[in-house]
Amino acid sequence: MKARLLYTRYAVVCKRGALSEFLVQQKADTSIKDKEENSPLQLCECKVGGPGCETRFQSPIAAAVEILGKASSLPSIKPASTKLVAMEVTQLLLNAQSIDGTVRKHAEENLKLFQSQNLAGFLLSLAGELANDEKPVDSRKLAGLVLKNALDAKEQHRKYELVQRWLSLDMATKTQIRAFLLKTLSSPVPDVRSTASQVIAKVAGIELPQNQWPELVGSLLSNIHQLPAHVKQATLETLGYLCEEVSPDVVEQEHVNKILTAVVQGMNAAEGNNDVRLAATRALYMALGFAQANFNNDMERDYIMRVVCEATLSPEVKIRQAAFECLVSIASTYYEKLAHYMQDIFNITAKAVREDDESVALQAIEFWSSICDEEIDILEEYGGEFTGDSDVPCFYFTKQALPALVPLLLETLLKQEEDQDLDEGAWNIAMAGGTCLGLVARAVGDDIVPHVMPFIEEKISKPDWREREAATYAFGSILEGPSPDKLMTIVNAALTFMLNALTKDPSNHVKDTTAWTLGRIFEFLHGSTIETPIITQANCQQIVTVLIQSMKDAPNVAEKACGALYFLAQGYEDIGPNSPLTPFFQEIIQSLLAVAHREDATESRLRTAAYEALNEVVRCSTDETSTMVLQLVPVIMLELHNTLEGDKLSSDEREKQNELQGLLCGCLQVIIQKLGSEPTKYVFMQHADQMMGLFLRVFGCRSATAHEEAMLAIGALAYAAGPDFAKYMPEFYKYLEMGLQNFEEYQVCAVTVGVIGDICRALEDKILPYCDGIMTQLLKDLSSNQLHRSVKPPIFSCFGDIALAIGENFEKYINYSMPMLQSAAELSAHASGADDEMTEYTNSLRNGILEAYSGIFQGFKNSPKTQLLIPYAPHILQFLDSIYMEKDMDEVVMKTAIGVLGDLADTLGSHVGGLIQQSVSSKEFLNECLSSDDHTIKEAAEWAKHAITRAISV
Amino acid sequence: MAPHDLRRPFKRRPISDQQRRRELSLLRQSQHRSDAQQRARNLASSVISLQSSSSSSPDVDPEVLSEPCPTSTTTGHESEPSSFSIRQASSLRGPEARKWFASQLMLPEWMIDVPENLSRDWYVLARPAGKRCFVVSADGTTVSRLRNGSVLHLFPSALPGGARKKGVSGPAQSYSILDCIFHEADQTYYVIDMVCWRGYSLYECTAEFRFFWLQSKLDETGACDPPSFYHKFRFSVVPFYNCDQSGLHSAYTGSSPYVKDGLFFYNKHAHYHTGNTPLVLIWKDERCSQYVIDTDNNGQVPNQQHIVLELQDDGKIVTSDDPPVIVNCLNADFIKQSGLSPGSLVRFAIGDGGLNCVDGKFEKADLQYISVSNRARAFADSYSKIMFQYMARHSPVKIEDLASMISHENQQDKSSEVEMSN
Repeated sequence: MKARLLYTRYAVVCKRGALSEFLVQQKADTSIKDKEENSPLQLCECKVGGPGCETRFQSPIAAAVEILGKASSLPSIKPASTKLVAMEVTQLLLNAQSIDGTVRKHAEENLKLFQSQNLAGFLLSLAGELANDEKPVDSRKLAGLVLKNALDAKEQHRKYELVQRWLSLDMATKTQIRAFLLKTLSSPVPDVRSTASQVIAKVAGIELPQNQWPELVGSLLSNIHQLPAHVKQATLETLGYLCEEVSPDVVEQEHVNKILTAVVQGMNAAEGNNDVRLAATRALYMALGFAQANFNNDMERDYIMRVVCEATLSPEVKIRQAAFECLVSIASTYYEKLAHYMQDIFNITAKAVREDDESVALQAIEFWSSICDEEIDILEEYGGEFTGDSDVPCFYFTKQALPALVPLLLETLLKQEEDQDLDEGAWNIAMAGGTCLGLVARAVGDDIVPHVMPFIEEKISKPDWREREAATYAFGSILEGPSPDKLMTIVNAALTFMLNALTKDPSNHVKDTTAWTLGRIFEFLHGSTIETPIITQANCQQIVTVLIQSMKDAPNVAEKACGALYFLAQGYEDIGPNSPLTPFFQEIIQSLLAVAHREDATESRLRTAAYEALNEVVRCSTDETSTMVLQLVPVIMLELHNTLEGDKLSSDEREKQNELQGLLCGCLQVIIQKLGSEPTKYVFMQHADQMMGLFLRVFGCRSATAHEEAMLAIGALAYAAGPDFAKYMPEFYKYLEMGLQNFEEYQVCAVTVGVIGDICRALEDKILPYCDGIMTQLLKDLSSNQLHRSVKPPIFSCFGDIALAIGENFEKYINYSMPMLQSAAELSAHASGADDEMTEYTNSLRNGILEAYSGIFQGFKNSPKTQLLIPYAPHILQFLDSIYMEKDMDEVVMKTAIGVLGDLADTLGSHVGGLIQQSVSSKEFLNECLSSDDHTIKEAAEWAKHAITRAISV
Repeated sequence: MAPHDLRRPFKRRPISDQQRRRELSLLRQSQHRSDAQQRARNLASSVISLQSSSSSSPDVDPEVLSEPCPTSTTTGHESEPSSFSIRQASSLRGPEARKWFASQLMLPEWMIDVPENLSRDWYVLARPAGKRCFVVSADGTTVSRLRNGSVLHLFPSALPGGARKKGVSGPAQSYSILDCIFHEADQTYYVIDMVCWRGYSLYECTAEFRFFWLQSKLDETGACDPPSFYHKFRFSVVPFYNCDQSGLHSAYTGSSPYVKDGLFFYNKHAHYHTGNTPLVLIWKDERCSQYVIDTDNNGQVPNQQHIVLELQDDGKIVTSDDPPVIVNCLNADFIKQSGLSPGSLVRFAIGDGGLNCVDGKFEKADLQYISVSNRARAFADSYSKIMFQYMARHSPVKIEDLASMISHENQQDKSSEVEMSN
């Protein structure tokens, strides 16, 4: 929430454009790292906080940057001086932090001017400023920050520009800057050293992959043992940042060994200086990703593990915490190497959970959560199609630790904070312990039940709310994991108790957890896959009544009750024509609307929960209740209308208003999908004009979330309206275009691309008049390096949708779209194999490209213009062959690819008969698909075979 | 270096409803995309199969060819039955079959005004007098069914799969569906449209394409030959014309082997759409039809126009159109007294007050209750039929109106040509 506020604010500042770029960046950047350990969250709070919050800044530089940020968003008072003022850089940097707005403004303008007129000189003087121990601390720190922001940015395209800019600087300048930076590491001023550490890491991040600055690691480590403590500390910190910044494959193993040796030695108990030990421990955390080879070596691993475990016993709390962070990271990075150490680690973590400072205990619990994460993943993979094929075996650490681990976690449940459910940012040992218990249940399944039941039975009726709540939370936590058979009897017995507690328990906290637990019962033990239903005709009425009553309780309890209702409805998703909820449908809808209208509905995200439950109730409703859903249409439309009437709202009110618009549009979208087909379609579509009018007005509000929801709703509406949707196009078109231009909020862009597909299928060739504009924008989107890459594959699919809709009229876009497809195809052929994420992206890219080809071929079929496509056939066949050879396609790509082979043969026929016969795809690939178990692949392959037979027989 | 945030979601659902909406939308979109491609491919496979079966390529596996498409059975498009459902339907028997076939014919609207671009976009053909029926040949037999789904004839024919005889009719799996009119006098099935041929659907082909295939393919099978042991009734193609002056003239006045019952107008671009469609029109006058004005059960033209409407749950009486047009409303007492129930087809006479329509809706209708309609009817009258019959009694659309529309269009074309050449 807070992060989002910051983001919004940041975006607003950016849009005003009155701020020089580097200052904007450093404003955002101060929240990332700060020597003084301001948690990013605290900083964010200050930025958005009310009066007096300035005092909470612990670092003066953060305050300075903050002031700079505020000042620079003020309207310009004075035109900037056009001539470079030969003022000393120190004074400029100090003035940029002045409390006098005019002075500040002037300094900023001059810094900007300096940068634009002489970049090398500018960077060099910043580095010189940073390195000069005679200069004031404030100007040095700002110099470092500005320098850092000249090397890196959040946005990918900007980052790329900065990297190129640095690489193109002359070597003399760079060498001098590097020297200044290294020199700064021995400064007596801690802040300045820390800033230099980060800047060095940024430079390394750019230069090491280019094989520049190869001597860096060597010079950092050359005489580390002889260094004074403060320099040692700064050096270790630099190594940590360096490991965070660069990828392991650009650092030679020899250097890795040296880094790890220095770091682990710095962590050792023999190191007398706590600052050094802390810096080393934190550096190890960053360097763990580099230690693959060292973890494979038993001796080295033993040594690292021993030092880490010893550090968890340090008298210094920050060191203990950092050491546990290392253990957490090791749990996920080197799970398979841990068997030997688990007994010791259990003892260490148990002691920390029971006795240590909460910040340490939380990390100790997190260790077990991470182990559970790993084992859940491994077991999931075991359960998947490729049994036993997983590289990592499961060591069942959780299962072995169960008898000791569960009691440990149950103890933590009793350490709740008062009102933790009312504070969205709360995170404490009870919450962490409960969350971990839930993960344990998922990792071990049935086995957990006997370990937890005695605790629940003992405490569930105790007079102390803490005990009742802990028992309930424990019960709710173990509902996911164990088999329904194992849980059914217990849940049946508990259900009545829970319903009773939800209405009668005096504690808000207990009621909150009880409602949440009911939701979990419905989520995991209610639905068509469960053999013996826990919800029967006998108790359904009571359940609904209790939930509805509970929705009138405090916002946090009501929110959980809405969540429970969500899953209650979901369980009847495929119930058939008669839903047990039908008799209560009207009452449920009324109650949810009433909740959404509560004065306090914006607390505890209650309003969101109410609309989400409403959506699910509508989604899972049957024809019996379609008249009631129809009656809901004008109600939701009226509410949406009302949100559009509000005038002169504060920015906070406006944000809430936009959120509500998003929810209402989402709700309409669900209703459209429910009613937009037979037999309700005709009655429903009488609302279409008005609804469309409202959506268009929502676009006018310029809120990304609401925009996205309205767009999705329009997609659904287009499908329901079919060709009749054409009448909305003249007005709607500009918002389509606007959506396609929204690079920043790329979800909006992605959703718009999807909706164009819907509209193509609805309008078919009636979309033609809009295609020039749409295609131009789509091609621009593809060429942009600002647009999030996940949007690009759907754009290709969208080409296919357009081609299929307008047929041979796609001719005029062929010369633009085909080369785009071709180069994307080449890119995808070379990009695969890096990692799972990349393979996944590559496959989605391939799928998009293939869907485009399919649409184009089918669109041109039976047209004399098919000739135009012949020149592209060789490349497309090559592409198909290369996909087949790579052997890393998923099933979706397989189906689309073999379909394209058929489409190509079908549309181009005998013109490409010879080419097809030469391709691997038409033989091995086709045969593989023909014998696929997946019937959709088989079907596409049969179609392809058939089309090929035809193409080569003529 | 600050400690790392390790907060995990607490008492929260892992996926937000918004994310769910997004995912459901993407799912819906990709499903629709693949449906659209499937349709495009099916259209092609029908063409391929026709060509390949005539060139009898040895590589074509008939099993593969007629493999039903499981995905298309679930798409549920109202007016486009997939080839799979037709195949299934061809093996339906008894009342189920009746019910299914009753909704499969493309039903013309009556021409209550003259469409634009007649000469460019429309065909005209003379409708043979007789019973409209669906002829299905499959599994060695041929069945004809009337508009209400009941069987007219069960017989062997030379249509593909239409008789238990190996040879030209092709593989046993193959089946065909024709839209015909059975002409009693010469015991001939006059084919007016081709819906499926040798297992491949022509539903999504334009009339232009269907007529072309009908002309070229029907004759090849021997279905147009005189009757024989394996071929009980003769089939014949109804000649069709571009709806220009001479085409209209040929259809209207030209001689034909059958008795005419009005003219059919087919829009060239229209797919085969089950149920009522404005893209096929019927028009009649006294000269080309004996049955311009509906007759009663005794063959007499009643004094008043009779119409049949359907009673809905709420007492509204409506036409067979989709969506239905409301003509009037009956009160509950009357429904009870007359023993009507929702879904009943009810016959009315139009009184002296007549009908008054605005924008396709009845403003006023003077109805007089006659009786419940007889059971053989499957549908109420359509709006266009009621209006055509009403106009036929008061101010009919005349052949001259059609002809003048065509010549008007011709002049417009010519004048635009003149402008262009300047």
